[in-house]
Amino acid sequence: MKVFCSLWLLLSLVKLSPAPPASQDPPFACRGAGDPAPPQPETPEDMASSGDLEPTHYPARRAATVALHQLNTRHGSPHRLFALQEVHKASAEDVAAGGRKYSLDFSVTDWASGSAGPALRCSAEVMFPGTERSSPDVQLRCEALQQINSTAQDHAFYQKYIAPESAVSAQHIPDSYGNVSEEMQPFWRLARVAASFIMLRESSENTEFNMAQVASVTQQESSEKQLMLEFVVLLHDLPSQEIVQWKLLASWSPDRGVRVLQTEWQPRCPHDTKPPN
Amino acid sequence: MRVYLAVFALLALDFWTHAVSTERPVDILVPHSSLNAVKVFLKKNNIPFTVMINNVQELLVREREEMVHNAEMERKSKSFNFAAYHDLETIYSFMDTLVASHSNLISKVNIGRTYENRTMYVLKFSTGGVKKPAIWIDAGIHAREWISHATAVWLADRIATDFMGNRAPVPSILSHMDIFLMIVANPDGYVFTHLSPNPHYRLWRKSRSATSNPKCPGVDLNRNWDAEFGGPGASDDPCAEDYRGPSAQSEIEVKNIVDFIMNHGNFKSFITIHSYMQLLMYPYGYSGTDAPDQPELHDVATSASKALNSWHGTVYKVGSIFHTIKPASGASVDWAYLRGIKYSFAFELRDTGRYGFLLPADQIVSTARETWFALRYIMKYVCDHPY
Repeated sequence: MKVFCSLWLLLSLVKLSPAPPASQDPPFACRGAGDPAPPQPETPEDMASSGDLEPTHYPARRAATVALHQLNTRHGSPHRLFALQEVHKASAEDVAAGGRKYSLDFSVTDWASGSAGPALRCSAEVMFPGTERSSPDVQLRCEALQQINSTAQDHAFYQKYIAPESAVSAQHIPDSYGNVSEEMQPFWRLARVAASFIMLRESSENTEFNMAQVASVTQQESSEKQLMLEFVVLLHDLPSQEIVQWKLLASWSPDRGVRVLQTEWQPRCPHDTKPPN
Repeated sequence: MRVYLAVFALLALDFWTHAVSTERPVDILVPHSSLNAVKVFLKKNNIPFTVMINNVQELLVREREEMVHNAEMERKSKSFNFAAYHDLETIYSFMDTLVASHSNLISKVNIGRTYENRTMYVLKFSTGGVKKPAIWIDAGIHAREWISHATAVWLADRIATDFMGNRAPVPSILSHMDIFLMIVANPDGYVFTHLSPNPHYRLWRKSRSATSNPKCPGVDLNRNWDAEFGGPGASDDPCAEDYRGPSAQSEIEVKNIVDFIMNHGNFKSFITIHSYMQLLMYPYGYSGTDAPDQPELHDVATSASKALNSWHGTVYKVGSIFHTIKPASGASVDWAYLRGIKYSFAFELRDTGRYGFLLPADQIVSTARETWFALRYIMKYVCDHPY
C-alpha cells in the first residue's frame, strides 16, 4: 500500500488530463505531509456569550447535534434513527477548567418513520471540556421514547441476517444519485448509529458532524448472536467542510442495541499518521 | 379582362388576390415553367408588375425547416428529464435548447474560461433595453452540491415558461429588469464529480486548479472573493476543503464573474445557490457585526422562506452567514454586498443532513419548486424597491 501510494504521488506531479479511472477504486489524492490542520476555533464573539443563545444560530445547533449523536447511540436501530427538528431554547455558561456547558430544549423526529412521525421533545445538557481531545459529556431526556415501536421490524431484520450464510456486502450508500435500495436502508441506519459513536467522541464546539455516505458495509461472521458489521463511513464536518473517513466494527442485536467495537481513522494516504482533532 | 383570365388559367397561374377592379393590384404565384411567358405577356400588354418574392419554394422550404426545428426543440425541452442529475455536457446542451426555444427572451453569454479551459456560460433573460437593472443567480460553485445545478436547470425553464405563459410576476419583473442565471459556476469541479462513484470524486468541492501543493489541487471558490480575504473561516492550506487560494480572485472562475458583474455595473441583487442545510442567509460571512441593511434583508429572507415553506412545508432558517452557519471570509455574497449590491442572499438547499450532498433525484423538482417560491418573492421585492 505504501509503495502504491508513493508511486501515485510521483505520477500526480505530472499534469495529466482528467480521464475516467480504470477501476472502481482510483487512488485517493494524498494530503500534504503532516497532520491535517485542526478545525480553527471561530472568533470569540459567539463563543464567549453566556446566557441565552439564539436557537437558529450555529452554537446552539452544534450542541444539539452532539445531543442527537448521544441519543442515537443509545436508541438508534435499523428502523429507528433520530434527527434534529428544531432547537427551541438554548443557553450556555462557562464551567470549571475552561469548559462550556450548554442547556438545550429541542425537538427530534425519527427518520425511519418519515414525515408522518411525531416530533419528540427533548432536553439536554452538553458539556464540552476545556481540554483538547476530550469528548463532550451529554445528559439527555426525551419524552415518550418508549412509545416508538420498531421492534417488530428490527426482529424481522435480525432473523433474516443472523442466518449463518448471510454475507451482506455493499458500497456507496447512498450512491452518487442519492439512491438507497430498500434492502440497504436498515444497514444505512445502522451505519449512521455506529457513526454516531465516533461523531459524539470527536465533537467539539468547533465541529458539526454528519454522515455523508457509507463507503462500504461488509458483514462479518456473527459472534455471540450479534450481527457483526464492518463499515467504512464518511463524515462531513460543516465548519471545515472536510470529509473524514473512519473504518469501524459494530455489533447489533435487538436486545443489546448497537455497540462499536473498533474504530480506525483512515488516512487519505498511508503516510498521514494522526487523526484530525 | 376575361381574355386575360383565360390565358392565365392556361399558364397555371395561382391568384393570391383576386382581380376586383383595375385600380387594385393583384398578386399572382407564377410557376417556374410559365415565368417567361407571363413576363412577356405583361410587358406586351403594358401591365406594370414587380417581383415580390423571387423564389416561393425556397421560402417554403426554409419555413418548414424552421417548424421542424422548433418542434424538435420543443420536444427536447419537454422531454428533458428535470427529475434527474445530468452531466455538464447535457446541461450545456439543455441551455442551447432553451435558448433556441426562447430566442426572443434568452441568450447565452460566454463570460470566459475555466482553469481546465471549459467555457463558463450565463443565461441572460431579457426583454430588451441596454443594461437594465439586473439580478444575478449562480449555482454549482461547489461541485458536490448537485441539487444546486439541478435546481438552476429547472429554474431556467420555469422563468422561460412563466414569461411565455404571461404568469405573474415574471413578465412584470422582466419588463423592468434582466435576470442572469449561471447554472454551473464551477464546470471543472462538476465534471470531476462525475468521473467516478468513488467519494473522492463525487464529494469534490473545490475548483481543479494547480496549487502550491502538487498533491492537493483546487481552491474553494466561495472563499476566493475580495471580501475580507484572509479572514476567519477560510484556510491557507491547499489541502483544506476551504482553501482560499493564494490571493483574492486568483481563481479564473471567480475573476470571470467579478469582471462580468463589474463591467455590467447595474446589478441590484446577487443570489448564490448551495446545499445543504436548508438556510436562507445574507451578509456578512466574515464578521458577526450586523450589515447596515440587516433588518430589511432579514425581513425579505423571512418572507421568502415562508413562501418556500408554503409549497411543501420545508422549513428553512434565516440569518446572517456568520451566525447561522459559520464565519466565512472571501465569500461571494459579502463581495457583492460590499460592492453595493444590496439584496445579496445565499441559499443552502435540501436537506438537513439525512442525504446531504447525495440528495435523491426524486427530490429535485420539489426542491426546485419551493426554491422558486422564495426566489420569486425576492425578485419581485427587488423589482419593487429600486435603488
